[in-house]
Amino acid sequence: MDYSQFLAMKQEICLLVVFLLVFLNDTFLPRRSQDSLGWITCVLFALFTAFGFCPHVWNTSDAVFAGMYVSTPAVATIKNILNVGVLIVLIQSLKWANSEVQLVRRGEFYELVLITLLGMYFMVSARHFLLFFIGLETASLPLAALVAFDKHRYESTEAAVKYVLTAVFSSAIFLMGISLVYGISGSLYFSQIGVAVDITSGTGLIALVIALGFVMAGIGFKLSLVPFHLWTADVYQGAPTSVTSYLSVISKGSAAFAFLVILWQVFGAVYPEAWGWMLYALIILTITVGNLFAIRQKNLKRFLAFSSVSQAGYIMLGIMAYPHTIGIASLMFYILVYIFSNLAAFGVIGAIENNTGKVWMQDYNGLYKTNPRLAFTMMLAMFSLAGIPPFAGFFSKFFIFTGALSVGTTAIYVLVLIALINTIVSLYYYLLVVKAMFISEEPSTIATFRSAFSERLALWVCVAGIIGLGIVSFFYDSIIAVA
Amino acid sequence: MEATLPILILAIPLFMFLLLGLLGNKMSHKMAGILGTAGMGVTLVLAYITAFTYFFSGNPDFVSAEGQHLQYVVFNVDWLQFYKDLVIRIGFLLDPISALLLVVITTISFMVHLYSNGYMRDHHGVYERGFQRFYAFLALFSFSMLGLVVATNIFQMYIFWELVGASSYLLIGFYYIKPSAVSASKKAFIVTRFADLGFLIGILILSYYTGTFNFTDLTSSAVADSSNVFAVNIATSEHIRNIFASSAAPVFMGGSVLTWALVLIFMGGMGKSAMLPLHIWLPDAMEGPTPVSALIHAATMVVAGVYLVARLFPLYLMEETALVIITVVGAITAFYAAMVACTQVDIKRVLAFSTISQIAFMMVSLGVARPEIHEGLGYMASMFHLFTHAMFKALLFLGAGALIHAIGSNDYTEMHGLRKYMPITHITFLIGCLAIAGIIPFSGFFSKDEILSSCMGYNWVAYVWMSLVAGLTAFYMFRLYFLIFWWKEHPVREGHHAPHDQPWTMSVPLIFLAAVSVVAGFVPFGNLVSWNGEPYDFMKHFNWNVATVSLVVAIIGIGIAMVMYRKENPLPDKMQRAFPALWRWCFHRFYWDELYQFITHKIIFARVCRPIAWFDRHVIDGTMDGFAIVTNKVSWAIRGLQSGRVQMYVWIYLIGALLLGTVTAVCLL
Repeated sequence: MDYSQFLAMKQEICLLVVFLLVFLNDTFLPRRSQDSLGWITCVLFALFTAFGFCPHVWNTSDAVFAGMYVSTPAVATIKNILNVGVLIVLIQSLKWANSEVQLVRRGEFYELVLITLLGMYFMVSARHFLLFFIGLETASLPLAALVAFDKHRYESTEAAVKYVLTAVFSSAIFLMGISLVYGISGSLYFSQIGVAVDITSGTGLIALVIALGFVMAGIGFKLSLVPFHLWTADVYQGAPTSVTSYLSVISKGSAAFAFLVILWQVFGAVYPEAWGWMLYALIILTITVGNLFAIRQKNLKRFLAFSSVSQAGYIMLGIMAYPHTIGIASLMFYILVYIFSNLAAFGVIGAIENNTGKVWMQDYNGLYKTNPRLAFTMMLAMFSLAGIPPFAGFFSKFFIFTGALSVGTTAIYVLVLIALINTIVSLYYYLLVVKAMFISEEPSTIATFRSAFSERLALWVCVAGIIGLGIVSFFYDSIIAVA
Repeated sequence: MEATLPILILAIPLFMFLLLGLLGNKMSHKMAGILGTAGMGVTLVLAYITAFTYFFSGNPDFVSAEGQHLQYVVFNVDWLQFYKDLVIRIGFLLDPISALLLVVITTISFMVHLYSNGYMRDHHGVYERGFQRFYAFLALFSFSMLGLVVATNIFQMYIFWELVGASSYLLIGFYYIKPSAVSASKKAFIVTRFADLGFLIGILILSYYTGTFNFTDLTSSAVADSSNVFAVNIATSEHIRNIFASSAAPVFMGGSVLTWALVLIFMGGMGKSAMLPLHIWLPDAMEGPTPVSALIHAATMVVAGVYLVARLFPLYLMEETALVIITVVGAITAFYAAMVACTQVDIKRVLAFSTISQIAFMMVSLGVARPEIHEGLGYMASMFHLFTHAMFKALLFLGAGALIHAIGSNDYTEMHGLRKYMPITHITFLIGCLAIAGIIPFSGFFSKDEILSSCMGYNWVAYVWMSLVAGLTAFYMFRLYFLIFWWKEHPVREGHHAPHDQPWTMSVPLIFLAAVSVVAGFVPFGNLVSWNGEPYDFMKHFNWNVATVSLVVAIIGIGIAMVMYRKENPLPDKMQRAFPALWRWCFHRFYWDELYQFITHKIIFARVCRPIAWFDRHVIDGTMDGFAIVTNKVSWAIRGLQSGRVQMYVWIYLIGALLLGTVTAVCLL
């Protein structure tokens, strides 16, 4: 075996090094010198993120281990996007992780986050179902521990149980799907399945379609596509806010990209009509049902859970358009913008929760009067999620619709129309939050407070992203260039 | 050329806008004024360096071996790329007219910044409310206007075109507690926006058929070093004409697509440059502070329409119809505005109508410009007049501002006989009047004379008509001058101190602009700006007859004004009674505002909008409410799915996965 093949996995190896440094630091250094662990992790991870942007890291194409693992500029870019998001999450959670109750186990938080990220790396880089499944599980199981992180809170434990049970079930379904695929084609390599299956002969077609359904259900679980989304709200609400934000953007972003790769590389040549229609149905269901549930949520974390369900539907539109460059580019751009917008929202919610413990919509009434900056940031996040120009969310929606429309079939027009109508519905509930903060006359129940430096830093980054990403065309152009 | 200087020319005003807009309230009034003025001062120096480098450095990028000025793109970055062929760029184009406008805008803007330090406070030196906001808006305007003139493509121009409209709106409505200022700013915005609709449609038609937004592609060849630009221009024109003449280009209502595009683009110019019938916003825009009127509504923004036509001039040359429309609109507007200006009482209104009339001069001059008529004299004359007019009209407005500041009223009936009290204002105002009337050797004489020569070459009707307007110009300007500074002794009221000249911050701009107005005529303008960039020898086409006639006409106009208004006498009242109808129509601006009022309120609002509003309230809102109710109901009905029981979740998951597969299988197989 040629061990130099490992060198192709630059980002994975470096991430592992970061993980080990954090792990050793946490395990062997004396407890009193560990107050700086959070910052050390952030600085290490920031260095690693910067490393990912070096041209010789991302601008290479490799396929190693007989094509099980690939690295292309597009894959490296989605990893970089995820890194940026994780960095923001890490900074955001510094205060929470350093709080009294977490003191004994805060190192675990960073370690679990980093190791799940490694799993996601393999999900997006894998070109073999086995490797993909290992990545998927690496990215799933530690998350359950993260969800249960607030052990003393009943909701957190309950959420973790629900998460584990449904995750295990979905893994089983997914494995079932893979087995069927293997039975039909005799291979688990993405590139060979398409070659091996010949649908014109008609044999095994039904099995193939069922397998497709199972595979989509398995990944749909990670993406919270309707009807595989039911765990989302309970888990998002119960988990600590930092974990919820991690779940909602990073986990989702990696799964979306992996979904695109699997659908097009494995089944793209095999039977695009079948999964095209499946995805079509899933998108409509996801966007609509997510919106319908989001309308009546009173808990902000639950509210954002359903909002993220419906956002996932929009991300899926990019998969529809994949054969054109703009499909994958708009999908990645959407994930990037979604990371910034959603993390801004979760950052505000987290800051308020850490300082006052309030997470209900009515608590936010009149927030503008007591904490104008937080209210303003939240408004930007809501505007961006709703897609109001000139914020980044408008451009990401615009590009994803443009991409989908470039397919040019009547069915796609209908789909985009439905998505557009749903945008209007989503506008309603996003603006509910803005209305509560700015227009409501009731006196605010949240006293004026000054959030921690780390929280403000993360929010500043998010605000800069929300404003800058759309207007500065450099970002979209670079993504187009690698796509 | 390095891109640093040009970027700074745009970046400094933008930065000043952000700085003063965001932090203005944290700093003192004086600080804000000094910062704003200093920022503009630096921009002025940079713009001068850029323009002088362009015109005089002899760099082969800028000027060919034959001395012909070339178009030079300093930078041009992709801003928004939809796909390969549809890219919107932001850039910086240097050519004779953009360099000229850089100089004009920064000069006037700097003068206005300086002047406002004195103007925007009362007699006790107390600053007006919103002083910092005023400077922030001035900086925003300067940024937008500079961005407009250096645009490399028509879309960038459109963006900045709207930005100048927005900043003009903000500045007209600066005194937003005054209802008249609010309605004036709304009026200006709506009328120009309406015109811009035409502009946008024009842009879309033009770029759809030519496949480009870029001015360099639209108006000249990419082969910049070709020895004969005349031929190159014809060649590109041929290319574009071929595009439009091909069978794919449809004909709409008797006009070719190109004609429609150019006329619609001109409509945008009509709105900004206040041509009849879209002129109604400009007189009302005088509600803004007077320095704003000098900067935006006399010298820079209102000439954007002229600039637009000049920018696309090679295209307009291909369409005789469009040029004729420009000429006719310009000629009618010039005469109309001059007539109205003869009767107004408010001195700023007189200047506003005079501005409309003078811009119409420039439009006519472009409309009659042809390569075969004095080698395109009209184009050069138009740009020359733009330059001189900017200087002397800004001077007149700033002078009027000084008067208003001293007297506290816009009305000449409150002034009279001020020459003894305000000597500096008097002399500089007189210079401005002489320049606009076209008395040799003041700058207006030269530019106006060239316009008239060009009209003469076109046809005699245009020439006689425009000469008549020139005579009227001399008359109404000197009517204003005599009524302000002569007529009778100034009535100093009890308890008021006598009016006096202004602080140095206001005098310096007046004196500087007056000096420029005296000497600007001797600038060898033809060497710098001509329609094809080649040096133009004006003296070759100088027509002694035209010059003499225009001088005589101006002197007659001044003479009549002198007889009627130098000393208090009943002659003006007699004249008014002799032609009551004519006077009334002129005084009421030929009832254009009333006509608009009638059309908008009685016809559009009552007959069109009210039914639409009913439809909107009942049908559209009803449908939307219906959607909302249904959404709500469904949302309520399916809430059971999210029961919180994990067994149920798994059931739904399994059923969903199975259904997904089986339904698809059943449907497809």
